[in-house]
Formats: sequence, structure tokens, C-alpha cells
Amino acid sequence: MTSTKETLLTPIFKENPIALQILGVCSALAVTSSLQVTMVMCIALTLVTAFSSFFIAMVRNQIPGSIRIIVQMIIIASLVIVVDQVLKAVAYGISKQLSVFVGLIITNCIVMGRAEAFAMKNPPIPSFIDGIGNGLGYSVVLLSVAVVRELFGSGKLFGFEILPLVTEGGWYVPNGLLLLPPSAFFLIGMFIWVLRSAKTDQVEAADFTMAKHTAIEEGI
Amino acid sequence: MSSKDSVSRTLLTALALCLVCSIIVSAAAVMLKPAQEVNKALDKKRNILAAAGMLEEGKSIDEQFAQISTRVVDLRTGKFSDDVDPQEYNEKKAAKDPAQSVALTAEQDQAKVRRRENYAVVYLVESTPGQYDKIILPVRGYGLWSTLYGFVALEADGNTIAGMGFYEHGETPGLGGEVDNPRWKALWPGKQVYRDGSVEIGLIKGAVDPQGADALWQVDGLSGATLTSTGVTNLVQFWLGEDGFQEFLNNLKSGEV
Repeated sequence: MTSTKETLLTPIFKENPIALQILGVCSALAVTSSLQVTMVMCIALTLVTAFSSFFIAMVRNQIPGSIRIIVQMIIIASLVIVVDQVLKAVAYGISKQLSVFVGLIITNCIVMGRAEAFAMKNPPIPSFIDGIGNGLGYSVVLLSVAVVRELFGSGKLFGFEILPLVTEGGWYVPNGLLLLPPSAFFLIGMFIWVLRSAKTDQVEAADFTMAKHTAIEEGI
Repeated sequence: MSSKDSVSRTLLTALALCLVCSIIVSAAAVMLKPAQEVNKALDKKRNILAAAGMLEEGKSIDEQFAQISTRVVDLRTGKFSDDVDPQEYNEKKAAKDPAQSVALTAEQDQAKVRRRENYAVVYLVESTPGQYDKIILPVRGYGLWSTLYGFVALEADGNTIAGMGFYEHGETPGLGGEVDNPRWKALWPGKQVYRDGSVEIGLIKGAVDPQGADALWQVDGLSGATLTSTGVTNLVQFWLGEDGFQEFLNNLKSGEV
């Protein structure tokens, strides 16, 4: 049995769901252009992962094997709908900005992955902590991407001006690419690069080696 | 085979789980409904103010909305009407009710709304009685995936656009969803709607040549969202045209409302 602290902290850097398992990248591209929205998304995802793991672990011994994925889905989907409803009631502006992405937490592989890999085999409390840990791992990546994207894409952090823009009489020419979803790919790629340079055990062995290109030799 | 995997247990578990989850979800939906309605109404007011370019951050929406008067227009005659209460009136419901709307022929139905309601709620900024500084008209129409709902605000001349914006749509985020982009919306103010009495304004493919002869009636299209752009053109042209608010605007100009 691993300790609580380990369950909580391993997913942040050692087994980060985005960086190591490359799960949940879709929403990482979509919602990271502003820090405030990212923050809400991270909190929503962390809560959903934690509570879905908790409830699934609670009923794990009752779930028939043949329908276990559907059972997990129902629990996750219900929680996501509740989160979506709460957001609409208390943070309408942000819920509009997040639009479909709150609903898409249902399909986020991290939630499902933790339910299947951890919560089905562990008691509720460790599962809950594992959910929080993985949510935090997701948040670390998303927040660092969002900081870069918002700061250099629109010169702001949390909507407050940090780098005055040329268009508003300042000196900073914003990098428009950072406001577009593909930029998050590059940033996540760099994040993984840095992480794997520091923790070399995360580097995967190559599945295959590319054959030598022989067309030129044959041509001669 | 353990007992939890038997067919009856499987069915029972599924049933119990569905029941519990549906109760939780519906309870959340019902309990949070009032707060959501308040937010929605506030958001609509905010959008009306934003469309007119009158939104000031940091001031309460209700306070700012006080300068706007809400009126009902009979679209059949183009005159003000007191037949319905603007607070109670629901355009979406009215447009579906045959008694409160007219069916549009395929030729008329440019915005693909199928039926047009007989009454529309408009928002006016009236500085002195009979003098309307801004006229804010509701518009809607089909884009690519969804019906877009929004407002077009006109200046006192009933021809120059003061602003526009959508408050509800389901277009693709990043492509058609760029109708919400403030930089794109900022292209609208100052554009003209009518040329020689017919609606001319529309989105074009690519960027507008500011020196072009038609630049006053053209707005940049949304890149990667041709169908949404066409939809926006259609809905603006429909609602400002003969079957929409054109008659009302003419009446407003001649003071016969």
C-alpha cells in the first residue's frame, strides 16, 4: 500500500497524466488561452476526477464486470452535468466561455482512466486522493501552458495588463499564434521535453527503428 | 461466476444506479434553475448594451439598462403595439405558434427561421420623446450547426450600424464561434445597411478593401467559417429587410409609429 502523500504527489510530476500518459490533451489545447478560464476548467476537472473516483470506489465491489465501463460513465456524466449546472448558476460568463468543454470532461481520458485503473481496485479515500492528485497533475500542465499563452499572446495575466500592447500604446507586439489552439501543442511538447530531460526514466523505448531510406541507392 | 455478475444483479445494479444518478442530476437542475434564469436575463441585457456599444464595465447592468426602453413592434404593420407584454413575451415560443406567427415561403425565408412571429421586442434609447438615439433589434437565423440569436444596433438614422453581437449560438468554437470575437464585432459600427432602399450589407470572403466602392456595405467574412458567414449575412439581411424591420425603421424615420 502506497502512502497517502505518494498517491497525491506522484501524478503531479512523476506520473503526470498529460506529460507521461498523454491523456486529456484535447481540452488542454482548447481552454488554455486565458488563465481565468483555465483555472475554472482545472478546478472542475479535479473535482470531477476526485468525486467520480470516490463514488466508483465506493460501489466497486457491486459493479458487475460486464457493464462496469457504462457504470463508470454514468457516474462521471452525472457529476459533470452537476458541475455544468453549478457553473451556469454561479459563473455564467465563464461557463459560456468554456462552452462545450465542461460537458466534454465526460470524455476526458484522465477521469475515465483513473476510474478504471485506480478506483476499481482501491477504497474510496485513496481513490479520492488519487483523483485530486491527477487533477493537480493536469492543472500544473494546463496552468503553465495558460500562463505562457496569455502572457505572450495577449500581454495579460488573469485579464490584468502585464505587457502593454502596441495596439494600446505600449511596446509589446503580441504573438498571435499563442492565442490559437495549435500553440498549446508546442508548449505541451516542450513541457514533456523538459520533464523527460530531468526525469530520464520517463523516456519510452522506441517501438521500432526506421529502416534506412534505400531509394537513392537503388536508383544508382 | 460470482453473484454480482448474474443477469438479475446486473440489471438491478444498472437500474438502481440510473435512478440515483437521475435524481441527483434533476435535483441539481431544478434547484439551480432560478439562479440560471437570473444570469440568463442579465446576460441578455448585457448583450443588448454591448451590441449598442453602451456597455461600461464596473457599473451594474440593471443600472445601465435603465436608459433603454423596451417596446413591442408589430412586424405586420411596422408600428408600435401594446398587444403583448414585453416582459412576458417569448419570441421563440411565438415563432412556433401558428396563431402568433406567419409561415415564410422558401423565397422569403432567407435566414431559415421557417416562421416569423408577428410581434418583436425592440430596445430603444430615447433621449427626448420621439428622438431615438439607438435602435436595437433582435435578429436570429441559421448558421452552420445552430440558430444564432443576437442583436443589431442602429444609429438614429436607422441605416448606420452602431454594433452587433450574438448572445446564443452553437457554432464551432474557433471557427464559426469567432462571431463572438470582439475584433470582428468592431468591424461593424459605421457600416451602412441600405442602399437605394434595399438591404445591401453582408459579409464577403476575405477582408474588405477599405478603398473599394462597396466598402461601406461590406464586412470581413470569418475565415474557415463560410457557412456561418453566409448565415450571418442572411439573417442580417432578412431581419433588416421587408419581412423584418424595414417597415418599422421607415415608420420610425417618418415619425409614424
